[in-house]
Amino acid sequence: MTELLELHQLSAGYGEARVLSGVSFTLSDGQSLALLGRNGTGKTTLINTLIGLTTHQGGTIHLNGRDITRLPAEQRAHSGIGWVPQERNIFRSLTVEENMTAISRPGPWTLERVYKLFPRLEERRSNLGNQLSGGEQQMLAIGRALVLNPRLVLLDEPTEGLAPIIVDEVLRALRSIAREEGLSMIIVEQKAQKILSFTDHAIILDRGQIVHQSDSVSLRKDTHSLDLHLGAVGKNPAS
Amino acid sequence: MTHSVENAMAMMTRTTRWSHWETLFWLASLALLPLFPNKALLFSQIAIMGLFALSLDLILGYAGIVSLGHAAFFGVGAYVAGLMAKHGWGDPTLGLLAAASGAALIGFVTSFLLLRGSDLTRLMVTLGIALMLFEAANRFASITGGADGLQGMMVKPVLGLFSFDLFGKTAYLYSLTILFLLLILARRIVYSPFGLSLRAVKANSLRAGAIGISSATRLVAIYTISAAYAGVAGALSAQTTQLVSLDVLDFHRSADVMLVLVIGGVGWLYGGIIGAIIFSLMQDWLAGITPQYWEFWIGLVLVVLVLVGHGRLQSYARMLIHAITHKGRVAHPDQRGTS
Repeated sequence: MTELLELHQLSAGYGEARVLSGVSFTLSDGQSLALLGRNGTGKTTLINTLIGLTTHQGGTIHLNGRDITRLPAEQRAHSGIGWVPQERNIFRSLTVEENMTAISRPGPWTLERVYKLFPRLEERRSNLGNQLSGGEQQMLAIGRALVLNPRLVLLDEPTEGLAPIIVDEVLRALRSIAREEGLSMIIVEQKAQKILSFTDHAIILDRGQIVHQSDSVSLRKDTHSLDLHLGAVGKNPAS
Repeated sequence: MTHSVENAMAMMTRTTRWSHWETLFWLASLALLPLFPNKALLFSQIAIMGLFALSLDLILGYAGIVSLGHAAFFGVGAYVAGLMAKHGWGDPTLGLLAAASGAALIGFVTSFLLLRGSDLTRLMVTLGIALMLFEAANRFASITGGADGLQGMMVKPVLGLFSFDLFGKTAYLYSLTILFLLLILARRIVYSPFGLSLRAVKANSLRAGAIGISSATRLVAIYTISAAYAGVAGALSAQTTQLVSLDVLDFHRSADVMLVLVIGGVGWLYGGIIGAIIFSLMQDWLAGITPQYWEFWIGLVLVVLVLVGHGRLQSYARMLIHAITHKGRVAHPDQRGTS
């Protein structure tokens, strides 16, 4: 299996402040990665660095063999990185359909496929972004990333602040994208058990560095590491 | 054809559908000529000003590019059409195409200066470009006629059939037709995926870039299109008045078109046209009442509009209309533009 994403000794931050130090990992095409850690450990900064929104301070990023370390954000997106930001960032003055049509690129992911994945979005296709609930905005943010037809999707806390029933729907869709569609994903999540069941690999960050790296199945069973690095947030309240 | 393209086309068809009031608006515009035949010249100037304001709206209302030098493209269009008519190429359609091309070229070249910097930078750059063109036209008086204006224009009949008359009837119908056609094209543009992505860039260019919308290419494209529109407006002015002077590049023209757009409403296609109607009629009316101080009243209207806000004024108007038609029940104001 070819390597889709390769990070080598990546350091980054905001201005002079360093948040990530010497982060290295690889992700193969079609694989998914759970990016875990407590609050403030650098998960969102790592996503923002992959997108190109932070200050690069060292190391390299390769996507599909191409060095994208110095590329601006829009060229990284065109290279094949889709982004679902933590704040969702829906364009409020555009409708659901317009939000997706504005950035849609040719490929297997069409508006119809997104509507099949999230039927609720089809019902709300003519509603403006500011008329959507938090869950619907999250679905739209995921759909918008998909219609860009990326090679890799980055999701920053996709279930944060959502009602349990909506969390289930979003997780079902992500599982389907990862398992059935084979689209590469990096998912940032504080509650590890929610995503370890369908991701292939897991990384835990602490103070901007990788402190644990394994396959998701192993970490799911490794209660010691979960307790040590994630504490209560790594446990599934239902389990 | 991919589903994405089919989706985009279906959406364009949906959103560019005509509403009843628009049909009424254009029929009323046609009916003005037999109703007020002696005002045809004024109406043609309104149509040209409306097109010029529409061109500004394409960059300001849909892409968030502020400009205080839009007269640069109006002037380039006017001089291109004027020079062609002077040198034996007086066919109006050809003049429009050449003017659009000339202005688009200047727009394309200068658009790269607007990709960086804040609104203030853009204001200064656009103002600077217009000033440079003004002085260039003044300097090369042997070509442009300088302060005396371009002499000896010979504009041929429209499509070889309709000669321009002293009363401005052909001028009005010609200008109105071009305005109508370019408005239809503008609708296609602003409701296409390209137009939608422009609004996303306007909302937040950094965020738009991160999700895959290249703001630079889109801003260059819409600025070039807008320049072509302004160039056509300038050409219409030159052809219908058979007069081109330095005034077409003057700062007051850039300021006037901004004023017109603010009066009519930024970010909806009819804003420039409505603004041009209000501005020109007010100017015509106020200049008759108080020839020396009419600009005072225009200024007052602008201050009220900006302080009170278009949305609120539209809501009051809707509530008033609703109260009259439904005996006191209050309408819920629509929060979205209707274009």
